[in-house]
Amino acid sequence: MSTSVLIPEAPVRLAPEQAHDLSHEQDHEHHDSGSNTLFGFWLYLMTDCLLFASAFATYAVLFMNTAGGVSGKDIFELDFVLVETFALLFSSITYGFAMLAAHKQNRSATLMWLAVTFCLGAVFIGMEVYEFNHLISHGHGPQTSAFLTAFFSLVGMHGLHVTAGLIWMLVMMLEVSKRGLGNRTRTRLGCLSLFWHFLDVVWICVFTVVYLMGSV
Amino acid sequence: MLGKLTLDAIPYHEPIIVVTLAVVGVVGLLLAVALTKYKKWGYLWREWITSVDHKRLGIMYIILALVMLLRGFADAIMMRTQLAVATGGAEGYLPPEHYDQIFTAHGVIMIIFMAMPFMIGLMNIVVPMQIGTRDVAFPFLNNLSFWLAVSGALLVNISLGVGEFAKTGWVAYPPLSGLNYSPGVGVDYYIWALQISGIGTTLTGVNFLATVIKMRTPGMKLMHMPIFTWTCTWANILIVASFPILTGALAMLTLDRYLDFHFFTNDLGGNSMMYINLFWAWGHPEVYILVLPAFGIFSEVISTFTGKRLFGYKSMVLASGAISVLGFIVWLHHFFTMGSSANVNAFFGVTTMIIAVPTGVKLFNWLFTMYRGRLRFTTPVLWTLGFMVTFTIGGMTGVLLSVPGADYVLHNSLFLIAHFHNTIIGGAVFGYLAGFAYWFPKAMGYTLDEKWGKRAFWCWQIGFYCAFMPLYVLGFLGMTRRLNHSDNPDWNIWLYIACVGAFIIALGIACQLIQLYVSYRNREQNRDLTGDPWNGHTLEWASASPPQFYNFAVEPKVDDIDAFTEMKERGHAYHRPDSYAPIHMPKNTGVGFVMGMLLTAAGFGAVWHIWWLVIAALLGTLAAFLVRCYDNDVDYYVQPDEIERIEDAHLTAVQLDNTLKA
Repeated sequence: MSTSVLIPEAPVRLAPEQAHDLSHEQDHEHHDSGSNTLFGFWLYLMTDCLLFASAFATYAVLFMNTAGGVSGKDIFELDFVLVETFALLFSSITYGFAMLAAHKQNRSATLMWLAVTFCLGAVFIGMEVYEFNHLISHGHGPQTSAFLTAFFSLVGMHGLHVTAGLIWMLVMMLEVSKRGLGNRTRTRLGCLSLFWHFLDVVWICVFTVVYLMGSV
Repeated sequence: MLGKLTLDAIPYHEPIIVVTLAVVGVVGLLLAVALTKYKKWGYLWREWITSVDHKRLGIMYIILALVMLLRGFADAIMMRTQLAVATGGAEGYLPPEHYDQIFTAHGVIMIIFMAMPFMIGLMNIVVPMQIGTRDVAFPFLNNLSFWLAVSGALLVNISLGVGEFAKTGWVAYPPLSGLNYSPGVGVDYYIWALQISGIGTTLTGVNFLATVIKMRTPGMKLMHMPIFTWTCTWANILIVASFPILTGALAMLTLDRYLDFHFFTNDLGGNSMMYINLFWAWGHPEVYILVLPAFGIFSEVISTFTGKRLFGYKSMVLASGAISVLGFIVWLHHFFTMGSSANVNAFFGVTTMIIAVPTGVKLFNWLFTMYRGRLRFTTPVLWTLGFMVTFTIGGMTGVLLSVPGADYVLHNSLFLIAHFHNTIIGGAVFGYLAGFAYWFPKAMGYTLDEKWGKRAFWCWQIGFYCAFMPLYVLGFLGMTRRLNHSDNPDWNIWLYIACVGAFIIALGIACQLIQLYVSYRNREQNRDLTGDPWNGHTLEWASASPPQFYNFAVEPKVDDIDAFTEMKERGHAYHRPDSYAPIHMPKNTGVGFVMGMLLTAAGFGAVWHIWWLVIAALLGTLAAFLVRCYDNDVDYYVQPDEIERIEDAHLTAVQLDNTLKA
């Protein structure tokens, strides 16, 4: 092995910031780089998707077990849910505008569109809470039958996700206003973007499977 | 203030538990005293608890697994002795309500807190090194996953001293696990222990998938990845695809128990079979999560110790993939007796039988790898050979059980118990123990004592047959599982033999503990100076033992499956570059530990309905996470002169060793 052991050149100690620049050029496996984070978050979303799949499967098995109580036809108000749905769908578009503004480094526009998205999301959650409250006050709570258990759980799980997304959005608005739109912040906005659009897609399935198919 | 928790929750009237708790207390106290006396608390905190180094996390995972192995095995010995004495109408020494907790705890501990941490520990130590990277994709997340696993293990062990554990069996089927039939806190301990550790496992799966997809060393294509990395990758795909289903099923059971929902109840339209379907849609892939990495270990061991390349690398990768896919469409064979139509049962019976084909491919690949090789009979090789024979028997009884008609007769009998111990011990555990012996020098810097290792193997091997072959017979004789006592004279002799077998396995475990002690005592003689004690094929052997904390000073360039063999053959191994570039490394952090402990508190609060504790602990967890997110001081650079010092020391040791050999 001795042939391959060469005399090393004198080492040069670099100042940390120099080292940082150097390594950003050379080091393509930089930790926590944006693409790793986005990919990892995407994988996480796939696990979340399977969590929803389990809830959908359970709903499909239980939705006819009304135990003599109400079924979907009796309680769903499609007009109301349609407004709710459009609030969420529009919030996906406005989040897209926020991302465009972020990539243009336009901080105030980013914050504005995030705020609009937040409001639309809050409208969605507000309407959902109203619907749940309305059902429970009429004696159709989740403890009443397996159908209502599955309904409240599936829709509620989506609602909890949206609520988590709203809290995350607040945190991101603070981050953008305090720290601007650096790489790390834009990566995080990208993750939230994936999360938000994902919840939109899930809602389309909820709207179709639970509300539309339940109303016919 | 304390919810349902009162002093009555402490089982001070049960002598077995009191003695156990006393022993745990004394051992814990001795450890604390020793740590204080030698002033090691700071070292423990800085170098281990807060470590984001995948190798250290791997070692901690394996320590967790070994501790839980002792706990789970103590349960096993208690069950076997109970069944050996409680014959002919005798009641034995374990009353049913205690016995039921023991078999539940045994199953949960061995699967979730022994096998999983052992597998994930080996994966942590080896996979990043095999693909030539310096760390996993998300080092902090890796640390958090570990502490979530510990959190679950803590909850299971706390249940021993405060309250009770589930009496439902490790599957916790409703309606038995529902509030009506299990009003105590046992099932709640079960739920939160599995839920918290399961989320940790999901995060591990995400982390390692991102690592192998995004962080392989330059030149390493997917089909260049070492076989152990491949089998772990398949296992990680199974983890991310199946653990969310467990999360969902447990969440539904939680809602049934805490908020009076009706997913799985007998009344108001609930359907308990839905839980059983969801549970096994996770549970069956789970057994492949356990065994696939073990298959990878056997492949590495056989190819290293025959000094040959693995026969049929591609077919090995594809067979693992086939097993992974098939593993998702067989879950119903766990409950053929549910009463599905003949066509449904036939479908799941056939898919189950088909799994034997890729598994057979693997066995033949190992045989062909050995063919005309020079097999060195080291401890890892003994485990591998023992596995090949034992696992084949377990596989064949599995094919037998996959016939729905036969399953109707054997369902829930001891034949089933014998079958799955035959595959999990003979497959997964033997594999982990082979991997333990194989990679121990890499992780710790010295080889394990061969003599005690071989003694351990023979005790395990003989003890296994002695303990589990009688269970096949008992199954045919009609003995069902989870019996507390029996009064059939035909069964007695087999119960006695099985009990003796369990004690022979106990000897095997004792040999392993002695092996660890002897190896540590003789560590100076057994130092692994080169970092390559077995003449290995893959990149983990290119580093020092234990590896430099940054793994590789320079990213290795790879264009072959057996990358390190190729480097050695071409004379490129141990190459000293002209200069070193600074290496970017993550800093250690205590946030993962804090979050894990807070979630343990939240789980404990949820078990006992101490709601203020749950809310406070969850808010604390969120706060800790946000603190971590907005901490900018999370990484640093290792400077070239330090790298050079470390690399020089390693290269000098390699040269010295070469000179001595020459």
